[in-house]
Amino acid sequence: MTTAYCPECDAPISLEDVMIGEILVCPDCGVDLEVLSIDPPQVELAPMEEEDWGE
Amino acid sequence: MKIGIILSRVRVEEKWLLEAFEKRGVAYERIDDRESVFDISHPDAWVSFDVILERSISFARGLYATQILNSWGIPTVNMAHVAATCGDKLATSSALARAGVPQPRIKVAFTPEAALQAIEELGYPVVLKPVVGSWGRLLAKINDRDAAEAILEHKETLGSYQHSIYYIQEYIQKPGRDIRAFVVGDQTICAIYRNSSHWITNTARNGQGENCPVTPELNDLCVKAAHAVGGGVLAVDVLEDPQRGYLVNEINHTMEFHTLAPTTGVDIAGIIADYTLAVARKEIRLPVPFIQPPQNLSTIWNPLSHSLAEWSHLTP
Repeated sequence: MTTAYCPECDAPISLEDVMIGEILVCPDCGVDLEVLSIDPPQVELAPMEEEDWGE
Repeated sequence: MKIGIILSRVRVEEKWLLEAFEKRGVAYERIDDRESVFDISHPDAWVSFDVILERSISFARGLYATQILNSWGIPTVNMAHVAATCGDKLATSSALARAGVPQPRIKVAFTPEAALQAIEELGYPVVLKPVVGSWGRLLAKINDRDAAEAILEHKETLGSYQHSIYYIQEYIQKPGRDIRAFVVGDQTICAIYRNSSHWITNTARNGQGENCPVTPELNDLCVKAAHAVGGGVLAVDVLEDPQRGYLVNEINHTMEFHTLAPTTGVDIAGIIADYTLAVARKEIRLPVPFIQPPQNLSTIWNPLSHSLAEWSHLTP
């Protein structure tokens, strides 16, 4: 299993069946995480919402 | 055939879209708008694209990227002029008014004093909206003069210049829901009701989706609204007024569909992928920008009546 660790709370984050760039929610602390790489497994805090974002 | 998808975050919609292209056996290039560099005079690295699907989460990035791409002759879904109209509520309202599409009454003012006058002319309650913005953010329902004065002062003090464009819409007494319809080309494919006990019904604000039958009346209205802003793949938001019936509220050009698709059972990602491929194969010719001046002004000012040569003296 490919596992990354939340940079906010160090919870293990499974990277099974995800894409690079996908946004995951940390199951422990709830922050949004962006998948940077699957091998090696790497996530970072997702960019904060900006004023002109949205549909 | 070379397909590009310009995006920032991979939301569930982008994931479904990428899977739709893969299912069709189509190779695509993912373009991250955070890493993109456009050399305005050297499009060499880009001209091999037959089409680019724009899925930037940022309105400004998507708009400027498609403006550049279109200027190089690369078609985009949607085209830049459609994004420019849909991404700005005032531009959308003007386009709808011009096409005779029913919409709520709207007044625009540029100072707090003029805005207060416009609000009182419309009568309370009214809705004050930023001209650029999404997900139902910074909307204000103003119920009385005290609230109007407070909100206008806050906007003047706290907001950017954009917040000094006062876009004031009459409040529609809708039946606890609005309609989100998905239009592709000349057809309304599907629609949902967005139910909410709150006056803001965006699913980003917890509005709940429910399938809405596409009647001929709803189809005609939504297609007319989509054409008014330039056409393509669009999501039309419709309000139901107890007296006047359907009124078009807003139109979205890079719609999210994480509620629309599962609620209606329609493969929206697949339809967008097929439309994008049809544009790449030139089976669909996207409309080019065309500004028709109002009839009564055309004799005074008609930029289209001037040839390029007449304007050439203005360029360095």
